Amino acid sequence: MSEIAKDNGALVRVDRVEKVFHRGSEDINVLADLSLQVPVREFLALMGPSGSGKSTLLNLIGGLDRPTRGTVSVGADRIDELSDQQLAHWRARHVGFVFQLYNLMPVLNAEKNVELPLLLTHLSKSERRKHVETALAVVGLSHRAKHYPRTLSGGEQQRVGIARAIVTDPTLLLCDEPTGDLDRKAGDEILDLLQALNREHGKTIIMVTHDPHASARAARTVYLNKGQLSSKPEL
Amino acid sequence: MKYFPLIWSNLKRKKVRTSLTILSVLVAFVLFGFLSSIKQALTGGVQMAGADRLVVRHKVSIIQLLPESYKARMERIPGVVIATHQTWFGGVYQDPKNFFMQCPVIPEEFLDISPEIILPPDQRKAWVNTRTGAIVGRKTAEKFHWKIGDKIPIQSSIWSQANGSHTWEFDLVGIFDGKEKGTDTTPLFFRYDFFDEGRGGGSYGKGMVGWYTIKIKDPSKAAEVALLVDKEFENSDAETKTEPEGAFVQAWASQIGNIALMVGAILGAVFFTILLVAGNTMSQAVRERAGELGVLKAIGFTNAQVVAFVLVESCLLSLLGGGLGLGLAWLVISRGDPTGGLLPFFFFPVRDVLIGVGLALALGLATGIFPALQTLRLRVADALRRM
Repeated sequence: MSEIAKDNGALVRVDRVEKVFHRGSEDINVLADLSLQVPVREFLALMGPSGSGKSTLLNLIGGLDRPTRGTVSVGADRIDELSDQQLAHWRARHVGFVFQLYNLMPVLNAEKNVELPLLLTHLSKSERRKHVETALAVVGLSHRAKHYPRTLSGGEQQRVGIARAIVTDPTLLLCDEPTGDLDRKAGDEILDLLQALNREHGKTIIMVTHDPHASARAARTVYLNKGQLSSKPEL
Repeated sequence: MKYFPLIWSNLKRKKVRTSLTILSVLVAFVLFGFLSSIKQALTGGVQMAGADRLVVRHKVSIIQLLPESYKARMERIPGVVIATHQTWFGGVYQDPKNFFMQCPVIPEEFLDISPEIILPPDQRKAWVNTRTGAIVGRKTAEKFHWKIGDKIPIQSSIWSQANGSHTWEFDLVGIFDGKEKGTDTTPLFFRYDFFDEGRGGGSYGKGMVGWYTIKIKDPSKAAEVALLVDKEFENSDAETKTEPEGAFVQAWASQIGNIALMVGAILGAVFFTILLVAGNTMSQAVRERAGELGVLKAIGFTNAQVVAFVLVESCLLSLLGGGLGLGLAWLVISRGDPTGGLLPFFFFPVRDVLIGVGLALALGLATGIFPALQTLRLRVADALRRM
């Protein structure tokens, strides 16, 4: 069993998790007896080679997938026990996702993209607008609110993605290769932003990355290889 | 409503594809409108038929005449209130294409038995007092710009006068309206006495009439009265066939064929095709957007909400096309009978408009349901990779 743990004050607790995918008659063990704790307000980088299970682990923590065995808790919630509908509601309240390819709706402008998670709340239109303005201001894109994704640069699109992730003020930010599709300059700006969100706004961030330059911005880095975690990269 | 911009934006995503799909739905609903109106035109008389009226015609066929003397015998049959007759005149006004129904009738009896015809009392009085008088429905009067006092020449293809002329001239003394929207206001009615005398001595059909309409006391005894009437004239030179007015009109319309079946078959084929076209559009749209639907699920939209988005989008597409199609059909159909008088009941019934709206909604649900169910099988983690 591999364990990278901090005992108290953990926001995320992954306990002895296994994840097996079935491909035809073949079983593929992606995660094996893996445990991980992420304290509140930590900025954790998750590194590892392709196919090591980084995104799978992120999906389990974000409630997008369920473990084959083991438990996943975030705060007081055992999310591996929630139904699909409960998970959807839970994600809406507690998690913000940032994706490598931004995953914005091409038919909506920046502010409408950012507003999407707020549609699931009971906020009025004017309240939603205020939240959207705040989120766009945090990522420095107030002046591009009416722009559609196709008219924004990659870095700007990722900022919109981050604004969408933080607009509901979630407990946890899960970032899957947030700089993977950006040049160094734009990538650095995004990492600056994530650091600021962690330090100034107290967001707990788990970031999957291939890039040591990106992981250096995190407070802690863990390495995933062949379904096992370690605190050092495998040579 | 807060989700509407998202759904609407998706519809606008592929403008050409959306427009073509809406256009195909529109064409189907224009066709629906026209076929409904044609069906209405051909069978409308059945709906307007009086429950307390029977029609007595020659047993062999409607074109065989019956003696005028049957009237008194019919009125003696228990259950019969009054019997009055009409005869097919088969005339045109000025030009063969200006065809509409004309019949000689006995004015007071005819008006008493036809409560669906609204004629002002002074015009009724004028008709009773004018031997050459005729009344015409509002639609025909407006079509030919006739007004009361005009002399109307009608050329009959069947009936000549004693002098050999086929042109009969009438004094227009009244213009009637229909009590209900479906009432036929195209015919012209004139006096039987003028007609019968005009046919001249020895002329074909003198003293003979086309068919009788009888009013009965109790509609629930219609079958019994019909049997009594036919029995009265059994083994005579002109045996009769008596049936409810609705059945008579139905039989008249059925000369063309089973209209409901024909309309149903055409619409069935059209809507099945549209189902495939619109269904394919929606399936394609959902496949293309799998990644985006995955994002929606990732940020907290439930399966039910995503299914609802797809269904609402598909219904919106269908309602837009259907609504435009029904509207266009309504506009064109409201201009009136395109045949110039052959289809007096040609209009788009409100009932059929509502059926059309329901059909558009059903089409939207039917085309959206399978793509919507596809989204249930969509795993978020897989969908996100498809962006």
